[in-house]
Amino acid sequence: MAAPALFSKPEQGRPQDGRPYKLSISLRNRLNNIAARVFWLITLIPVGLVIAITVALAVRSAPILQSHSLVELFTGTVWKPFGGQFGFLPFIAGTFWVTTIGVILAVPPCLLTAFYLSEYARPITRNIMKPLLDVLAAIPSVVYGVWGMLVIVPFVQKTFMPWMSSHFGFIPLFASNQPTGFSVISGGVILAVMIIPFIIAIIYEILKTVPQDLREASLGLGATRWETITLVIFPKILPGIIAAIVLGASRALGETMAVLMVVGNVPQIPTSIFDAAYPLPALIANNYGEMMSIPLFDAALLLAAFILLLIILTFNVIATLVLQRILGRRGK
Amino acid sequence: MQPHIQVKNLNVHYGRTHVLKDINLEILPQQITVIMGPSGCGKTTLLKTLNRFIELVDGTRVTGQILLDGQDIYSNDVDVTEVRKRIGLLAQRPQPLPMSIAANVAYGMQIHRMKSNRQEVRKSVQHYLEVAGLWEEVSHRLNDPATSLSTGQQQRLCLARGLAIEPEIILGDEPTSALDPISSQHIEKRLLTLKDTYTTIIVTHTLRQAKRLADQVIFMYLGEVIEAGPADAVFNHPKVERTQQYLAGLF
Amino acid sequence: MKKKIHRRYLAEFVARVLMIGSFALVALILGLILWTLIQKGLPSLTWEMVSQTPKGGFYLGKEGGILNAILGSLYMAGGGTLIALIFSLPIAIYLNTYLGSSRWGNYVRLVLDILWGIPSIVYGAFGFIIMLSMGMRASLLGGTITLTLLALPIMTRAMDEVIRRMPTDLSEAALALGSTRLEIALRVTLPQMLPGILTAVLLAFGRVIGDAASVLFTAGYTDNIPTTLFRPVASLPLAVFFQLGTPFPEVQQRAYASALILTILVLILSIGSRLISSRLNKYTIK
Repeated sequence: MAAPALFSKPEQGRPQDGRPYKLSISLRNRLNNIAARVFWLITLIPVGLVIAITVALAVRSAPILQSHSLVELFTGTVWKPFGGQFGFLPFIAGTFWVTTIGVILAVPPCLLTAFYLSEYARPITRNIMKPLLDVLAAIPSVVYGVWGMLVIVPFVQKTFMPWMSSHFGFIPLFASNQPTGFSVISGGVILAVMIIPFIIAIIYEILKTVPQDLREASLGLGATRWETITLVIFPKILPGIIAAIVLGASRALGETMAVLMVVGNVPQIPTSIFDAAYPLPALIANNYGEMMSIPLFDAALLLAAFILLLIILTFNVIATLVLQRILGRRGK
Repeated sequence: MQPHIQVKNLNVHYGRTHVLKDINLEILPQQITVIMGPSGCGKTTLLKTLNRFIELVDGTRVTGQILLDGQDIYSNDVDVTEVRKRIGLLAQRPQPLPMSIAANVAYGMQIHRMKSNRQEVRKSVQHYLEVAGLWEEVSHRLNDPATSLSTGQQQRLCLARGLAIEPEIILGDEPTSALDPISSQHIEKRLLTLKDTYTTIIVTHTLRQAKRLADQVIFMYLGEVIEAGPADAVFNHPKVERTQQYLAGLF
Repeated sequence: MKKKIHRRYLAEFVARVLMIGSFALVALILGLILWTLIQKGLPSLTWEMVSQTPKGGFYLGKEGGILNAILGSLYMAGGGTLIALIFSLPIAIYLNTYLGSSRWGNYVRLVLDILWGIPSIVYGAFGFIIMLSMGMRASLLGGTITLTLLALPIMTRAMDEVIRRMPTDLSEAALALGSTRLEIALRVTLPQMLPGILTAVLLAFGRVIGDAASVLFTAGYTDNIPTTLFRPVASLPLAVFFQLGTPFPEVQQRAYASALILTILVLILSIGSRLISSRLNKYTIK
């Protein structure tokens, strides 16, 4: 067949007899080659950008790494920029707490909703839900922050915290050590709401790659839909689900404004979900104004950004590779 | 002989298309009934109405009755999983579940809690793998993933898996169309040996396979049953012109 | 065959209730967010809010509006989206007409996905470093550049997804007729992907206009409408943030109104992009 040969070397295609092209073949081919090169160069921009961001942050945070040891920075709990003390542990702990709670709260509804949409819902329900999720994903983070301050924080302060501490207060995790609702749990709830549409969308995409025949194989043996989901579909897409959750977690890790507005911003290591915390992104955002006025402060803040970047890069690379593998198979 | 399945005034609509038109049939027990006809004639749809798979497709409407031992399987108080337990399906392409070979066979037994202990499950797994003619080939690697088998082996695994839930009826939707000739022969041989125990309904698009397997034949065209009856009669003395044309290979 | 009360159906029932429950929960949260915003924001949403810049004492509760922030956001997000388009369009076309699903193509997609995942605060910090090294101050230009970086991966991947859904037969047919890949890109792919481009542009615009963390470092804030590229510029998300930070209830009320304005803007963009993608898709070959 001639088609594959043409496909691999399109430059040799010839105009059909009697239908002359406006440009000569060699000119067209030259244009094509130049364009290919320009295109290729532009494609390098994203790659260059990732490298540039990493290098810039590394270089700018180097000064503090020269004067403080890594151990000192990562295990130190005292944050006194004026005294030259930069202990990142409270901020790392804050980030960890808020993100963990957000992910824990988000995962069950995400799985259930995605399964519902893909396995149970009628097309009309799906068509309603998709724009809804779009909208939820499109709401700016500062608006989530406003909502959190108006609804979640008061709810935590007036209802959830008193109830929890009177029933489960003996568990340190649920002890209320401060009177406000600006807390880890408020941040976690906001994060959960923010990453829910994101995770649902990915899991839904993965579920679409599960062949209908596989469902029928299980249903045909007399399994219920739920048995089919838990025994067949879930194990089949587990790697994808984990990747989706990791991506959601990395979204949560970097989320700044919404969390900053509800989490209290107290540099301490939280011990209860009702404690205030101070995650890394909030640290950067709150202090950018003074960062140039104190020695090493800018390096410290940019180190915070660098740490964040490294964690998120790792998460993203692994999860995206897994997902590319799963979703790439679609339609082939 | 009492019919095992009776289909009465069955109509299936998909959206605005009338897919099956006024189907009336009787399926006899312990025989192989072959449904044949040109592609798009509704034979697979008919098969899918028998185990209520048709309900999985959005926008289908089923009217009429399908009686299994006199009980309408579309009646509201009927449990669809029980219907599908009694009517096993062998699909066009083998579709192993994402688990080991042994777990595939045990899957149905476990969801229906048919066996009380592991020992029994293991025994049944061996039994049905033997019935499907696969035991010799896989006995030493029962815990390998089912996807590691060849397509032909996978189809026999699916047969074993279907038989393990002890159905009364086996549906086969062109069960050999994805297989090589030798594997097809394997499956056909199994179906012939199994027909004394089970009521078997096979959809096929190859006339030769129909002739090899059929005790009863249903010939469908454009959503209607044109002719149905014992294989001999339909193959050798077709009454309807359409059937004659089809058998002569005119379409 | 009769239905029985059975553990299997109990499990099925409970699971179904939970699923519909979480589905409803997600919908409910969205409703609750919108309702809260409308309830709190609508009372102070006046014509003055959107048509005037802050007057003296605005942050104490006196007269004025947030026109500075609205325009600032539109300038920065608009500029950023347009500049990003210049780069993302060729990348998306190159990915699909030249690279396809090749190894390098998938690397580029991976990198774009990673860029998409980098949080905006890191973009902000990066933009800040670049500006420092060039001796720039927080300005319209700085904010626009940072938002360009933010918009680039979102827009490119969105376009890429749309083009990838296009049939390959069409471009193969064109290749078989002797077109070069450049000609296919310009004559076949580009017209086909117009709705996709528009959708992607709106999507990216909606994302970057609501972003606060990146412009915090790079754009600054001012009460004036920007006249040059090198002056600081206000933005809607930061207007919300700063007004909320004041201790005066009147100003906080205005923060809610500003949040409502921002949300309405973003919702229009989101719904618009969906409408375009579903409507215009009808007229292209699928």
